[in-house]
Amino acid sequence: MSATVIDDAPLPQRSFWQSTLRFCKRQPLGTFGLILVIIMAVTGFTAEWIAPYNPTANDFAAMTEPPSFAHLLGTDQFGRDLMSRIIYGARTALIVGLSSAVVGGFSGLVIGVASAYFGGLTDLIIQRVSDIVMAFPLIIMALAVVSIFGPGVHNVILAITIPLIPRCSRVVRSSALTIRSMPYVDAARACGFGHTRIILRHMVPNVVAPFLIMVTSFVGQAILAEASLSYLGLGVQEPVPAWGLMLQGGAEEYASTAPWIAIFPGVAIMLAVLGINLFGDALRDALDPKLRER
Amino acid sequence: MRAWFLATALVTGLLTNAQAQTPKQGGTLDYMIAADGGPSLDGHKETTYAVLHATAPFYSNLIRVNPENPSSTTDFICDLCTEMPTPTNGGLTYTFKIRKGVKFHDGSPLTAHDIAVSWNRIVFPPAGVSSAREASYPMVDSIEAPDDTTVVFKLKFPTLSFMPALADPWSYIYSAKVLEKDQHFYERNIMGSGPFKFAGQEIGQAMHGVRNPDYYHSGQPHLDGFNAIFAPKQQTRVDAMRADRAALEFRGMSPTARDQLVKELGDQVTVQESDWNCGNVFTPNHKRKPFDDVRVRRALFMAVDQWKGAEALRKIAIVRTVGGIVYPGSPFAATKDELSTFPGYATDMEKSRAEARRLLKEAGAEGLTVEMLNRNVDQPYIIVGTWLVDEFRKIGVTVTQNIVPTGPWLDKMRTGDFALAMEANCQMVVNPIADSGRYLPHDIYKENFAYHDDPVQVDIYNKMVRETDPAKARVLMRAYEKQILDIGAHQLPTLWFYRVVPMRSYVKGWKIGNSHYLNQNLANIWLDR
Repeated sequence: MSATVIDDAPLPQRSFWQSTLRFCKRQPLGTFGLILVIIMAVTGFTAEWIAPYNPTANDFAAMTEPPSFAHLLGTDQFGRDLMSRIIYGARTALIVGLSSAVVGGFSGLVIGVASAYFGGLTDLIIQRVSDIVMAFPLIIMALAVVSIFGPGVHNVILAITIPLIPRCSRVVRSSALTIRSMPYVDAARACGFGHTRIILRHMVPNVVAPFLIMVTSFVGQAILAEASLSYLGLGVQEPVPAWGLMLQGGAEEYASTAPWIAIFPGVAIMLAVLGINLFGDALRDALDPKLRER
Repeated sequence: MRAWFLATALVTGLLTNAQAQTPKQGGTLDYMIAADGGPSLDGHKETTYAVLHATAPFYSNLIRVNPENPSSTTDFICDLCTEMPTPTNGGLTYTFKIRKGVKFHDGSPLTAHDIAVSWNRIVFPPAGVSSAREASYPMVDSIEAPDDTTVVFKLKFPTLSFMPALADPWSYIYSAKVLEKDQHFYERNIMGSGPFKFAGQEIGQAMHGVRNPDYYHSGQPHLDGFNAIFAPKQQTRVDAMRADRAALEFRGMSPTARDQLVKELGDQVTVQESDWNCGNVFTPNHKRKPFDDVRVRRALFMAVDQWKGAEALRKIAIVRTVGGIVYPGSPFAATKDELSTFPGYATDMEKSRAEARRLLKEAGAEGLTVEMLNRNVDQPYIIVGTWLVDEFRKIGVTVTQNIVPTGPWLDKMRTGDFALAMEANCQMVVNPIADSGRYLPHDIYKENFAYHDDPVQVDIYNKMVRETDPAKARVLMRAYEKQILDIGAHQLPTLWFYRVVPMRSYVKGWKIGNSHYLNQNLANIWLDR
């Protein structure tokens, strides 16, 4: 009798703050990552207000100055304030990272679920095309896309998004294949629901967990890819403040005489990617029922 | 005994010195080209060192600047001719006698006919053929080869600018037989008669040459071969020199790169420096709105503080001097007072920029946002471009850069697919009147990408090129310059370059000139190791 009472009791509902606190307690590294991501996001979105200088303004009276009270992280060869450029660079990284991850992730989600749902020839074609795209490492594929479309922020986003799509769709498809054979999907089909409704209402919500983890890791990958492309001169162009771009040109030329030009953007990239990866790992642990109770 | 010892020491010293100066045969020179390859291999068509530095060793010229004195404006010597001619017929006829026994690399004989055909292709290009320097020869009436060893240039009017223009290192002598079959053969292939034979290329990466055993200058070339490596990033070139993966890069490096190499390599590196008949040019495309409006072009020019920019950028880039359309230091060049009346050369920048904003407002181009085409070469294109972007910001114009490799950069300019462009005006032997021909409208000078029309400018140029009195020619030059920089605001020459060439000390026999186009056939270079 008492067992029946326990089974029928509603699960304890946690508020957002309670859930967050629980996550922080259980995932200290993930919390650290989250803090880094939040700092990066806040920095990027409030750059106009917190950057001490215009990030593209040359100051020939302050060329290659070491860190000082006037310029906390020093200046580059044009006399541009490095701190301001790093702050604005966070925005570029976020725009490219988030846009690529979200667009690539959502496209992959739809394609992956559709591939699993329709199966047959559709699945075969989608998966073979994915195989072709995935045969190339992300950066090589991105290089090829930038070579075709040219440099610039929009093209960099496109270049990074394209190789992310099959990577996401492959993972989502594997989860969706299991869901496809679930009775509630059959029931939905039997009720005469359309493909779009079945995919969006019944299948997609059930693959959100792996999808979110993928998207999180994509943000870090996209930031690194953007930095790599910019470093190679194929990403965003001078004088746009971007971390990868800050590592090429002057950073290399003045590595021995003004090392701060290379060090600080490098640290910014490292912290951003570290933060996103730590947070992503923690999110995976938090969302995976098998890992959740460990 | 003491006297004998001193005498022996003196003789030994002299001998050692003489031996040090005697070129050694053999070895392969690895050098770099500060670009990522050119659009084609045709020297008649192209204007970038990316092509010349890779292809000049394969070709011969009719005459050339003395490689021992490459900055000279008058010291020309024969390459394929046997003797420098004395003009006849009141300075209207130049008759060149041509060497016998010269062979192209395919074994076919090179005669006066090949020279005449090549020069006619440059001066009077046939339909469908692009000659970059066609406009440099308005004085030439005809070029003929009456026999296998004679080439005759007939001029329309006598001019002192003819011989310097004839020493153009781009004027490769091609095979008439090959051209007869295909006028575009040399855009994709190499077949010359120069000191080195083509030994292969990896497009955009490297060019290879091997010694031509049949070369007609006795004892040359000294090298067994060369590898030219394309490396657009300066730091890559510095690292390659530091690791001795390459001995030098002929175009030039920044003062900071020079200092770094000297500091690290000590006496293993030698530095040659020179003023440079080369500078960047900021070009608005007159066919694109709103740059069809002279007020907008003037406004952009007026935003630029060249004097302050020169002082700063000379520390980090291969630029040094503020100048107009003429090589600074030439008697034909404008003085600072003359320049400062033009937009882009103001000394009171507050006033100049206020006027620029007024002009933009008047033209309805306030808050203009536009893209500037630039070349993927850091020294100094990207640096100067980045500086200009910030100068334009000061009048409320937002400029982004589209930085692309050399090939697409030239292609976009040649097809007019740009709004603003950062290009260059690099010339050879200092020849102010001929050099300034590059500012003539596109219809006349095909490699001018402003795409403007200006009959007044053309009229002044035609008078200037015929003027034999230097003082009167200078007056005309000022009027011509005013038309380009001020009245028409067609193009803005930005800072003139300064050439710094650090090289591994074992590279001998090469002398720097005030043009990176000159003295590049490598025939006189030898390796002391």
